[in-house]
Amino acid sequence: MAFFKRNRFLASGPKTSIPDGVWMKCPGCKETVYKNEVEDNLSCCPDCEHHMRISSKRRIEIFTDFNSFQETHTHISAADPLNFTVGKETYAERIERAKQQSGLNEALITGTAKLRGAKICLGIMDSTFIMASMSSALGEKFCLLARDAIKSQTPLVIFAASGGARMQEGILALMQMAKTADAVRQLNESKIPYIVILTDPTTGGVFASFASLGDFIIAEPNAYIGFAGARLIEGALKVKLPDGFQSSEYQFDNGFIDQIVKRSDLRDYVGRLVRYVHPNPPTEAEIKASEFVPKPEPIAQVPDETAPTPTEP
Amino acid sequence: MAEHILPFEKPLFELEASVEKANSDEERSKLLEQLAQERAEVFGNISPWERVQLARHPQRPRMLDFTGRIFEDFIELHGDRSLGDDPAMVCGIARFQGRTVFIAGQQKGVDTDEKVLRNWGMPHPEGYRKALRIFRLAERFQLPIITFVDTPAAHPGIEAEEHGQGLAIAQNLLVCSQLKTPILSVVLSEGGSGGALAIAVGDRIAMFEYAVYMICPPERCAEILWRDAEQKSVAASALRVTAPDLMELGVIDTILTEPNGGAHRDPDTAAASVSTEIAAFLKECDAGTWTLDKRQARFQAMGQWVDTVS
Ligand SMILES: [Zn+2]
Repeated sequence: MAFFKRNRFLASGPKTSIPDGVWMKCPGCKETVYKNEVEDNLSCCPDCEHHMRISSKRRIEIFTDFNSFQETHTHISAADPLNFTVGKETYAERIERAKQQSGLNEALITGTAKLRGAKICLGIMDSTFIMASMSSALGEKFCLLARDAIKSQTPLVIFAASGGARMQEGILALMQMAKTADAVRQLNESKIPYIVILTDPTTGGVFASFASLGDFIIAEPNAYIGFAGARLIEGALKVKLPDGFQSSEYQFDNGFIDQIVKRSDLRDYVGRLVRYVHPNPPTEAEIKASEFVPKPEPIAQVPDETAPTPTEP
Repeated sequence: MAEHILPFEKPLFELEASVEKANSDEERSKLLEQLAQERAEVFGNISPWERVQLARHPQRPRMLDFTGRIFEDFIELHGDRSLGDDPAMVCGIARFQGRTVFIAGQQKGVDTDEKVLRNWGMPHPEGYRKALRIFRLAERFQLPIITFVDTPAAHPGIEAEEHGQGLAIAQNLLVCSQLKTPILSVVLSEGGSGGALAIAVGDRIAMFEYAVYMICPPERCAEILWRDAEQKSVAASALRVTAPDLMELGVIDTILTEPNGGAHRDPDTAAASVSTEIAAFLKECDAGTWTLDKRQARFQAMGQWVDTVS
């Protein structure tokens, strides 16, 4: 099927005549797919359902009730406690660069939102900000968010993603593992439900602290999830790693994940989970009202089977 | 074992040899003076990377060298009650100056066979879970816990991942943040990454003068940030891994003085300083000043960030 889909576009002209950025190669099936079609499919491959990374902004759009997200703790950002410099770039400059490139303040976006009518505290890690590495600011934001959840008696939902520790903060980054684990302790003691959704990639110190401590641990399909990086393991052991090593599916088989849930189903799945354990669950009317979605603004149409190849200006 | 001498230790060993061979008291005392001067010079200007080398010194006393000297009796307890027993993590119950304490720590191994057996002090999830079991026992019996940190890092391996290394470390952090019994952690030599922290969420963290405690080995940091493992000494400086650095950053509470030339030159004296620290810690606990809140507040306060509101 993938073959025909691809040819459908190829039939109208060689790819080389199309400007860059219209096509992409799916990391899952290695097929060349039309970028807009991937984006319209929640950044999943239309052919093989491979889940690609998405921005925190897009995540909020597709996961939460319309216009319900309110960002918090934007006043917290990374410092340069060690005066760390690599080559000519100080860590302070590196942070600025990351802010410019990502449009984010830190790798963890925190806020309050509604999910199918239920109030939640929501944290989303965004790997476009220094690979969503764990910094002191990130740890502090997580702890503030956990305290918000306790105060407002609402479940905490975290979309985890991380390339590891923010090495430029040295030992202080390591200490965030203990600090965030202590915030989970506070959630537990206050009986606040804590739901973690592991996304691509969740590794290192984040995986070995708050991301593994959820009351419920869900993962998106084909995410890379593990503590030590595959390359590090391969280098240390000089062996070839088994296929699918440290994938969501692999972690599921090893018993560390409650359920692997497709991106398109997350809203419904987590929505039900949240409602069933919520200290103040939403009413039927609130749930119904939550399904309101405004008419989407007209965007470039993805061609159907018979349409000619789209061209971008 | 053949004497292993680090490059910067060499002039000291040479001077020591000439002291031995001195022909007169006068020459001897002159050489001794010179030795003291040279030692002050070498150790006064010791670089972070040299400290890493000292911390990894093949002859540096290991956890069991310390426990053998510090405790009157040590009953080792094995197994995580789930999957197996991890020799990299040594746990048990011991007697210290007439009282009972629980202990847990990484043992790196001395000779090749022991190093292999103990996986160079890199625990598997079974090790963290064994330590956790010991921590919970200590809490139930209301006995203090002493942990000894000496590990390059958590073990990068296939089984370690399959057995839930991330979760095992996370659970130790969580449980230690609520464990209602005093915990003293002593960083003996090398405290590396989550593997170290998993047994170092303590009320009091002590660290040897030439020990290092770090997010990851400097070689690895150099590889990632400098894209060149050879920048390890630059990385070691940048990462702030030394005891004085960690004191300044509020990560540790006390620095344990090492004997002249480092712990490996005189393990007895090194062990004595750990004993003094343990005694002081237990005395504090007896005084009734120990509270769990303080440990929690301490880790809550860890880190530095910018807050543009307050
Ligand atoms: Zn695909």
